[in-house]
Amino acid sequence: MMNIFIYTVIILVLLGSVAAVILYYIAQNFKVYEDPHIDQVTETLPGANCGGCGFAGCRSLAEAIVKSEEATGLYCPVGGDNVMNKVAELLGRTAQTKTPAVAVVRCSGSPEFRPRTSVYDGASSCALIHSMYIGDTGCPYGCLGCGDCVVACHFDAIKMDPVTMLPVVDDALCTACGACVKACPRSIIELRNKAKKDRKIYVSCVNKDKGGIARKYCQVACIGCGKCLKVCEFEAITITDNLAFIDSKQCKLCRKCVEVCPTGAILELNFPPKKTGENMVIQKSISVPTT
Amino acid sequence: MPKTFLQGGVHPPECKLSKEKAIVTPLLPDRVLIPLSQHIGSPAIACVGVGDQVKTGQVIAKSSGFVSANIHASISGTVSKIGDFSDVTGYCKSALMIEREGDEWIEEIDHTETLIEDLNKSKTEIISKITHAGIVGLGGATFPSHVKLTIPPGKKCKMLLINGAECEPYLTCDHRLMLEKTEEILIGIRLLMIALEVSHAKIGIEENKADAISQFNRLIKKHPGISVVSMKTKYPQGGEKQLIKALTGQEVSPGEIPLDIGVIPFNIGTVYAIYEAVQKNKPLIERTVTLTGKKMGTPSNFRVRIGTILSDILEQAGGIPENTGKVILGGPMMGKAANSLNIPITKGCSGILFVEETESFRKPAEPCIRCAKCVSSCPMGLEPYLLGKLSEMGQFEKAAHEGITLCIECGSCSFICPANRPLLDWIRVGKNAVLKQARVSKK
Repeated sequence: MMNIFIYTVIILVLLGSVAAVILYYIAQNFKVYEDPHIDQVTETLPGANCGGCGFAGCRSLAEAIVKSEEATGLYCPVGGDNVMNKVAELLGRTAQTKTPAVAVVRCSGSPEFRPRTSVYDGASSCALIHSMYIGDTGCPYGCLGCGDCVVACHFDAIKMDPVTMLPVVDDALCTACGACVKACPRSIIELRNKAKKDRKIYVSCVNKDKGGIARKYCQVACIGCGKCLKVCEFEAITITDNLAFIDSKQCKLCRKCVEVCPTGAILELNFPPKKTGENMVIQKSISVPTT
Repeated sequence: MPKTFLQGGVHPPECKLSKEKAIVTPLLPDRVLIPLSQHIGSPAIACVGVGDQVKTGQVIAKSSGFVSANIHASISGTVSKIGDFSDVTGYCKSALMIEREGDEWIEEIDHTETLIEDLNKSKTEIISKITHAGIVGLGGATFPSHVKLTIPPGKKCKMLLINGAECEPYLTCDHRLMLEKTEEILIGIRLLMIALEVSHAKIGIEENKADAISQFNRLIKKHPGISVVSMKTKYPQGGEKQLIKALTGQEVSPGEIPLDIGVIPFNIGTVYAIYEAVQKNKPLIERTVTLTGKKMGTPSNFRVRIGTILSDILEQAGGIPENTGKVILGGPMMGKAANSLNIPITKGCSGILFVEETESFRKPAEPCIRCAKCVSSCPMGLEPYLLGKLSEMGQFEKAAHEGITLCIECGSCSFICPANRPLLDWIRVGKNAVLKQARVSKK
């Protein structure tokens, strides 16, 4: 009886020692070296795995940052300058800086301004409607109102306004990861540089039709008249294909263009209230609802 | 026993309301709107300008490549506008508008009804006439016919197949053509046989058109090599691959074209257009269109000029029926709902269907119950529930792997689904995404 016990112990100890020697040999000779910085950088990144940087997840970005010498173009839009500074500190480099951006929805075609021309009763998806037909309004460029962007947002920053049937971005939650930009089949959403106190001036329309046609189906469409172009002192406005565009890098938020826009297609948001005017009505109807 | 394809298929209610109604030629429209892209391939290039006088049958847009087709003026008058006009989907496509003045035809066209039986024509003559006439497949696919007739070296066509299935419910335009223009169609088939250098042709007709089958059987004796095959009524028998399977028993494998197994299918309407083009020099400027609907006073078949605007032809057909919820261009299974009534009838439009408001709305989609009815109804042997879901989730690579590009968009899956899921809509999104991706990577 005792013999069996002793043999068992001896055999197990022998087996264990042999295995230990083999494992030690393998661990020493086939060691995969991984830069410890990768783990550190991964921990510094927000960990949302949203894909806003263009990589599959935060770890992929961390690997890319550590491996590349320059790190140009590698930027976490969610963490912003704050996180990128920390990462740079870890790696002993100079940090890349970017002006923080925010998503804006460039369509003001609520049912009030853009009447419905047909009834859609299929599946609720903008991508599907866009591939099938023009949508339930006469505008081939405008928001389809099914909320593909809402589904795409990882940060709960976009909600549909039940009255205007348009998506509304919550500036406080938006991280400018760009998921909504990719999700929108009509490329209505744009990432614009943030300004002081979240103030924004932008052309809330992407209709490239000629003025008359655009206006026929939507009262607040950009008609490409060029009045804003003339009044702008900072060369921030360009007009291509009957559509005005305000470059957020050049815009000094002087609000002159807002005043001259005949259709109210240019919106000003988060400015202190001034004398009541036509544009203010529109502004109220799409301002962020307080939750 | 009547022949049919084996895999999948559905039996929608036939509703062929206008099958007793002879083809009517309506009054000439006062204006026509002719889109420059009415076929698969590159759009034609306009060769007339605003203010130009055109005669009926004159080329107004030239084909811009091998896979493209000429477009002709369907009425005589002045070109009043060239620009972007909305099509059935509402998106703008380039088109030109002609305002009618009188009814002048270009000289060489014979627009009488006399039957010309002369078959003494060479292969090249027939093909060049078809190319010039801008003939495209009138069954709905609108593939330019001259491309089909140009057989690449090393391949040989053994048999010509004629598609008289007309499996779509409601539509009767091919049925009426077969009854009223039987001899013309048979001569058209003979011309195609010369062009393709084949000695056999099979006309496939579904059982529900027994009068057309007996009509062909009666007149066929004069024409050697042509036979008529009666097929069991089943949707989508008119699909290219389904028709080939039903008539020859052979299958076209994925990635192959019918010519790879030695057959070429043509639609009845196309054959009639080819007869007119070759024997009468008449280009494709009109087509048969079924105007139908359960609430319509007199469902009828019209021979309309290409480019006639929907609202104009409606006036002559007795106006839009009451309580119409949807106007569908094409048949109920594959057609597209029109976005407005200011759209033109194009070469590929075989019917205009008015659906009642009560019938037109979709029932709300419910979760998939995994009954696999879509799988057993798919004539291509695909798994529509899976393809639909993959497209919905944006997993286009997996969808491509599951064969999404083989979908013929017949709509059997959406029709049969007891949970009313919009399967085909999603599959189309996925299919378009996969094809787009393939085009991008090719470049």
